[in-house]
Amino acid sequence: MTPRADWIPPALLLAIALAGLALIGNPSTWVTLTVAGLAMGLLIFTMSSGLTLVFGLMDVMNFAHGLFIAVGAYVAASVMKLFSAAAGSESFLANVGALAAAMLAAIVIAGLLGLFFERVIIKPVYGQHLKQILITTGGLIVAEQLIHVLWGPDLLPLPRPSTLRGSFLIGDMAIEKYRLVAVVLGLAIFGAMMVVLNRTRIGLLIRAGVENKEMVEAMGYRIRRLFVGVFVAGSALAGLGGALWGMYQESVTVAIGAQMMVLIFIVIIIGGLGSVGGCFVGALLVGLVANYVGYLSPKIALGSNILLMVLVLLWRPQGLYPMNRQ
Amino acid sequence: MAGRPVPDALLALKGVHTHIGRYHILQGVDLAVPRGELTMLLGRNGAGKTTALRTIIALWRASKGSIRFETNDIASWQTPAIADLGIAYVPESMGIFTRLTVRENLLLAARRGPPDETRLEWIFRFFAPMKKFWHLPAGLLSGGQKQMLAISRAMVEPRKLVLIDEPTKGLAPAIINNLIEALTELKNTGTTVLMVEQNFHAARSLGDSVAVMDAGRIVHSGRMADLAEDKALQNHLLGLSLESHQ
Amino acid sequence: MTDLILSGDRPRSRVLSAMLVLIFVALALAPFLFSGTRPLDVASRICVFVLLAASYDLLLGYTGIVSFAHTMFFGIGGYGVAIALSRLDAGWSAIALGTAAAIALSLALSFLIGLFSLRVKAIFFAMITLAVASFFAILASQLSSATGGEDGITFKVPEVLRPAFRLLDEPLLGAVVGGRLITYYLVFGVSLALFLALLRVVNSPFGRVLLAIRENDFRAEALGYRTVIYRTIANCLGALVATLAGALYALWLRYTGPNTTLDFSIMVDILLMVVIGGMGTMYGAVIGATIFVVAQNYLQEGMKALSEAVKGVPLLPDLFHPDRWLLWLGLLFVLSVYYFPFGIVGQLRARARK
Repeated sequence: MTPRADWIPPALLLAIALAGLALIGNPSTWVTLTVAGLAMGLLIFTMSSGLTLVFGLMDVMNFAHGLFIAVGAYVAASVMKLFSAAAGSESFLANVGALAAAMLAAIVIAGLLGLFFERVIIKPVYGQHLKQILITTGGLIVAEQLIHVLWGPDLLPLPRPSTLRGSFLIGDMAIEKYRLVAVVLGLAIFGAMMVVLNRTRIGLLIRAGVENKEMVEAMGYRIRRLFVGVFVAGSALAGLGGALWGMYQESVTVAIGAQMMVLIFIVIIIGGLGSVGGCFVGALLVGLVANYVGYLSPKIALGSNILLMVLVLLWRPQGLYPMNRQ
Repeated sequence: MAGRPVPDALLALKGVHTHIGRYHILQGVDLAVPRGELTMLLGRNGAGKTTALRTIIALWRASKGSIRFETNDIASWQTPAIADLGIAYVPESMGIFTRLTVRENLLLAARRGPPDETRLEWIFRFFAPMKKFWHLPAGLLSGGQKQMLAISRAMVEPRKLVLIDEPTKGLAPAIINNLIEALTELKNTGTTVLMVEQNFHAARSLGDSVAVMDAGRIVHSGRMADLAEDKALQNHLLGLSLESHQ
Repeated sequence: MTDLILSGDRPRSRVLSAMLVLIFVALALAPFLFSGTRPLDVASRICVFVLLAASYDLLLGYTGIVSFAHTMFFGIGGYGVAIALSRLDAGWSAIALGTAAAIALSLALSFLIGLFSLRVKAIFFAMITLAVASFFAILASQLSSATGGEDGITFKVPEVLRPAFRLLDEPLLGAVVGGRLITYYLVFGVSLALFLALLRVVNSPFGRVLLAIRENDFRAEALGYRTVIYRTIANCLGALVATLAGALYALWLRYTGPNTTLDFSIMVDILLMVVIGGMGTMYGAVIGATIFVVAQNYLQEGMKALSEAVKGVPLLPDLFHPDRWLLWLGLLFVLSVYYFPFGIVGQLRARARK
């Protein structure tokens, strides 16, 4: 794998964006859709990066990952309801405060749930893939029902704070304010992840561990302790993603986790299981394609991402950034 | 050949058995690795040499027997704890992190802190490519260069014991000589080395002690110099003489 | 005689045998034992899902493959019959044609999926089947001109199967001998036959090779068995039976739609049935499906009573709310995977051995 080949996936992203422009025609519509696509992509990245990293590092695929997303969204809905005065006020600061509180609650609760999940449900089945798939699917069923118990079966509203409603109008381009916030937050999260992975010792350990766990242990690192931390971080991120996504949709149902799971699987398969960078590019691809196709041909929109995955796999069977591991 | 008295054993295996699945690979290994020397572990393919190394570092668990390192019985310890005692492992597959840079590989290997300047100089002196590829992903290195990196990782910090598995496999003679020089220097720092090797030129140049394995047991142990002179014994143990494998 | 019918796969436990006999008798005589439309509907569902779960057990329990695409084949069978009966004259040839087309499609797809399963790791395969099933469900709901979209297809069945049809003017032993009864015995008969056929398959040399492959595929390959071929055949067989189950279900409901056949919740239901009942036992599918369908329909009343009883306590009434029956089955499922890997059947057999 030469360094030059690494630039193909980002180039592909650019190509899709330009193809979108060509097909859509109208530049301002294209900008709106592209911002929407980037926002959606970055939120999906936030939700899925933890899953791919956990798989790369621990060889564990948590089919119940959607649960953390759902919990994050529900917690955010409850918090925003609690702070509805602050969220509804015209003060930007109060709005940000409410939003921050919702995000923080989502992160903490999803993270704690992740801790519980890892210790109780996943730890006993390390290395047993069949059981893992079954157990995590079972965990998902139980957890979905528990969500029903705690929050009821109805759709919950998750309104955006008032200063973040509506759009910026630049010329004849309409850019939703919230989408911009999602893009900024998403990029910040990606940036932070890159810094941690590439510039810290823990990140070094994680990157090495994804490639060759055994060797890292033989160098004296107790990498298993890292597993829990990475799992919890992944769940917390999923919770944050869920909260932000719920706000993007402006409502929350239990199905939110399940809906995202198929998309998330598509994204991490496209990106290459275990690759955070691949997940990033894959998520943006999926976001852009979903929005462009949704505008151009709504009927095939739902299936378009699966087709995208098939095409990518035909080209690179292990995903955009294959993680060939020992 | 009379010589210096054999130093005491830094690492001692007694009656070590290892099972992998239903295969009984190590069938009672008794091995003493003298302190400060380089012990060669020789034997035909399939004799269990790699398994012996992996058992010492607990990547495979011994089913029976004791493994004593200094004053600790490490047979039931976990791999990271064993490595923490100052033991480095260079596997046959080298275990290079291809997506990390050469610098990052060495950084990871230096457990106690950033690598010492003099050590790095030392590494660059023997293995110039390390400097050249310092900031590049290790995946770009050639086979021989990867082996250099693997050995460098073992050398980047003072170690008490280094376990090396077939470092010269598939390498060009020039690089093999390079490795021999570096390993000789490693020996001179007082590091104990246990090395599995098939290349007898390397074995003879580097080995102080030798142990020969067959069918999961040690069938001969003694001084390398003695074995090197006894062609009949070589033939008997290894099926060929040390000279024919230059 | 029993050995011949059961292909030598005896229950090996008195309790299990008793349960199986009970279930068999209840299903065989359902129209006469129970009155009203609901019990017959439940019985019919049990027959269909026993078959569906058994076909899934062939994959999960005997071959060791986790696939989330099984409902796709169920749906193909249902839609095959539905499309044929709604486009052509409502006759037996239409059913035959629809079923044949559905089988052909299922075999083709399962063949491809089977080949694919060998090239990739189990987890990757599971994920891909999830995406494939999802894609298929989307197709079914989007191609509304062909499939009726979200609403599905309601269609007419051959005259003999219609509820209004009467074979005998007077009820026999309390049951109306008409279209519903005939349809029920069609469903029951075919399900029974196919189930026994599956028993034959898993107890044949082929089935034993499957088990060997599940235990250790390297070893099986080394022994000379081309695992590709066996797994592909297993995949195709499982898909075939699932398709037929789908066709039967469509005939019973006189309707096929995405929510009765392709929903992920159905996939989850099958998983629960097989695991709770007992993976790799076939009888597990019978026990699991029966428990599940009965719970789905009758547990709710029990839970409602329980929920009322703990009304004052916080949270408990919600936990026992009749709609939360899946919570408890889900917990049972999780516990089964941890502690009872061979499910109820496995536990009963283990007890019997002591």
